[in-house]
Amino acid sequence: MSLLELDNIVVEFPTRRGPLEAVKGLSLDLNEGEILGLVGESGAGKSITGAAITGLIEPPGLIRSGEVRLRGERIDNLPPEKMRRIRGKEIGAIFQDPLTSLNPVYTVGDQLIDTMRVHLGLDQKAARKRAIEWLAEVGIPAPETRLDQHPHQFSGGMRQRVVIALALCAEPKLIIADEPTTALDVSVQAQILALLKRLCRENGTAVVLVTHDMGVIAETADRVAVMYAGRLVEIGDVKQVIEDPLHPYTRGLMASIPQIGNRDRRLTQIEGAMPGLRNPAPGCAFAPRCPRAMDHCHSIRPVPQNAGTGQVACHLYGETQ
Amino acid sequence: MSNFMPMLYAFWDSDITYSFRKSRVAVISALVLLAMFLTAIFAPSLAPQNPFDIAELDLFDSELPPAWVEGGSTAYLLGTDTQARDVLSSIMHGMRISLLVGFASVILAAVMGVTLGLLGGFLGGIVDAVLMRIADVLLSFPPILVALLINGILRGALPSSAQAESALIVLILSIGLTNWVQYARTVRGSTMVERRKEYIEAARTLGTGKVAIMMKHILPNVLGPVLVIATINLGMAVLTEATLSFLGVGMPPTQPSLGTLIQIGNEFLFSGIWWVVVFPAAALAILVLAVNLLGDWLRDALNPKLR
Amino acid sequence: MFAFLIRRIIQAALVMLVVASIAFLMFRFLGDPISNLLPEDATVQDRTEMREKMGLNDPVLVQYGRFIVDAAQGDFGQSYRNNRPVSDLLAERFPATAELVLVAASLALALGIPLGIYTALNPRGWLSQGLQVISLLGISVPTFVTGILLILVFSVSLGWLPSFGRGTVVDLGWWTTGFLTVSGLKALILPAIMLALFQMTLIMRLVRAEMLEVLRADYIKFAKARGIPNRMLHFKYALKNTLIPVMTIFGLQLGGLIAFAIITETVFQWPGMGFLFIQAVNFTDVPVMAAYLVLVSFIFVVINTLVDLLYNVADPRLRAERTPARGV
Repeated sequence: MSLLELDNIVVEFPTRRGPLEAVKGLSLDLNEGEILGLVGESGAGKSITGAAITGLIEPPGLIRSGEVRLRGERIDNLPPEKMRRIRGKEIGAIFQDPLTSLNPVYTVGDQLIDTMRVHLGLDQKAARKRAIEWLAEVGIPAPETRLDQHPHQFSGGMRQRVVIALALCAEPKLIIADEPTTALDVSVQAQILALLKRLCRENGTAVVLVTHDMGVIAETADRVAVMYAGRLVEIGDVKQVIEDPLHPYTRGLMASIPQIGNRDRRLTQIEGAMPGLRNPAPGCAFAPRCPRAMDHCHSIRPVPQNAGTGQVACHLYGETQ
Repeated sequence: MSNFMPMLYAFWDSDITYSFRKSRVAVISALVLLAMFLTAIFAPSLAPQNPFDIAELDLFDSELPPAWVEGGSTAYLLGTDTQARDVLSSIMHGMRISLLVGFASVILAAVMGVTLGLLGGFLGGIVDAVLMRIADVLLSFPPILVALLINGILRGALPSSAQAESALIVLILSIGLTNWVQYARTVRGSTMVERRKEYIEAARTLGTGKVAIMMKHILPNVLGPVLVIATINLGMAVLTEATLSFLGVGMPPTQPSLGTLIQIGNEFLFSGIWWVVVFPAAALAILVLAVNLLGDWLRDALNPKLR
Repeated sequence: MFAFLIRRIIQAALVMLVVASIAFLMFRFLGDPISNLLPEDATVQDRTEMREKMGLNDPVLVQYGRFIVDAAQGDFGQSYRNNRPVSDLLAERFPATAELVLVAASLALALGIPLGIYTALNPRGWLSQGLQVISLLGISVPTFVTGILLILVFSVSLGWLPSFGRGTVVDLGWWTTGFLTVSGLKALILPAIMLALFQMTLIMRLVRAEMLEVLRADYIKFAKARGIPNRMLHFKYALKNTLIPVMTIFGLQLGGLIAFAIITETVFQWPGMGFLFIQAVNFTDVPVMAAYLVLVSFIFVVINTLVDLLYNVADPRLRAERTPARGV
């Protein structure tokens, strides 16, 4: 049984011109200890998917239909108190900006200790000890002194390490990492990713790694899911999707990554732009930009079908060829 | 002209107008304000009586209660005071003066503040430093105190005979000179941001003079928040004027604003003629409330963070 | 820290100097001290003698210097209206205003903060909506109107509380207090409520706005994602962040209370400094006006400096100027 299952999730936001579906019928699963990349352009719906999993979609947005299951049990319809207990303890989260993620008027230790006392029932002394251990674990030198310092006294990379410690300290089985390195210096990014990967492997924590950066995925993920206009277009093992992408959109994505050392090749772009999420046209959302679109691509929407190491939603593959 | 209808439609359909239409509070406030403005502008023709024309007063009709209370008369809908002045007419004229002072002082404060803010933000250096120091000092004092002080100084500088006639100007000056700081600060901030943008560089390289740059390019771009400040300021200005008049240093009884009316009425609180105080007070409260509500809505509507 | 303190003190002194200069200018150009202090039938010779005695024939700079030195010692000459030393008048009135402001400030804080928190946490409850309306009324209805209303209800109609004066006061050395007598306390109630009401609504709206803003912050989102329970979230994680700016703004508002006391004292004929000031403005009693100006400026400047200091101490981020971020 998978650790996490998203079953045909539809996330809707009411606007003054009618409801807008940010995520349209998304299904995927995640196994224990697996790192799944969730990739796509801005507005494709990946962050919202992450929020749907933790139950933190900002009202008035809501999960219109579909189910989110953790170890086979539904969690999208739990009463708030039950969901709160799952957050942190079973599902952790890491957000993009480490500066704003930490409360500036409390010490780093306070925030760690609170989290652990809430979920693990430790007393003050024990929690403090564990907090120091966690700081050391994420690579912060002199953890005993650092524990009593405030977030602004840490550099950007250090802060994100603290954030990782905070997300992991209640020992969740799953982490949603939403653009964890985007706000960091390039030189620091690799370190943080390596840290995240190591800790998750060591503790058997699964990760949903949301990002727009394919490079991050290549470094860190086991499998990758590609989203476009609120839907899943391709999912498969990282190696396969990167080296031999199936969906034309994924192909375009891979081709548009600049190659260092290959100066005479022009940067390929995917013509056009991702369509707005309101009033979607029938058929495949990518068809207007797709170099290999066929006639029926504009009228019949493709559903994900088994192909390659995972699934693809494209009429070029599967039974609808 | 062919662009007009589509432009009008675009405006009607725009976010701001939509949010206005949707907010019942904003619409009601706007309507109430409109009614009050019209009353104020047309008060001389609209009011049943001119309370300041002694010839129109009939002392037999003094101290009459409102029309719906026993002893009242429909000629004086809201009753009369001790000198047979019709309360309703007094309120209409009073509102006229209150609004006049309010608007005039806001315009004065805005013009002064925007100009100083433009100068400080654009010229920088000593001009800006001095300006900001003055602004800081002024801001650290409560506005009512500053207004009182300026009022006191101006009145003290005038011979006592001229004080009654010049009360209007003195009030407008007192309030206007107190409130310019907010405009100056906001405009200065925006000016400093705009000044660094490329279109200003472009204008400079083309040889456009500093004044022209400030007026033509920067000014239109920094005016947005000014409108919000002005709306909120209007309510404050009206309140300040009313307070000054109530304290006896504002509009005299011969040319009363709503505040003066309340002060006059206050003297008779214990003698039971409550209508002389309550109605002007209600009119003032509704006026300021409507302005504040509209200002609140405007601020929320223009706030990018809440979109 | 020390350097900061020195800088602020110098700033404060400069402001005081400017204020004192304005006061001096008022003395020089407004009203005529001679005609105010001498009886109407004074001869020209009397006037000339007076001018000489008061040093009004000395060069401007000398007069200025003398004024500053005198002012620093609290000597502002005689009031034009009652021919008594201004400093005496002010000292007499100070306790009345001080007690009023103290009670009003405490009331405003004690009610404003909890109500503000409540309306932020329950924005759609009927109580919150009601409070929002009341608070809007609170800042739209002029303060003197609320005062008059209070008097109408509690003095005229119900006759429970007095509408003017301080009641019986007790002398404690230089201070006079109304706290120790029943009539003193009774007289304090209505004016304190009137003064507190405006501040209370301001605080309530401020706390509500700040807290709503804080609740939208990323660190709250992150804390929520860690499963921190609501009570801890609101009262530990959001509250401190909310109250720090609120406290500083309140400190700065204290000055406003002193100014609004002018109106309150006028409505209730409370024998405080504010009432004195209004009478002075009406009469163009320049020495009292000038003295009040300088005294109140001094109080503001002291409060502002203290608040700045406190803010620096309270907000850990500002302490950071001395401990820069380290590490990678």
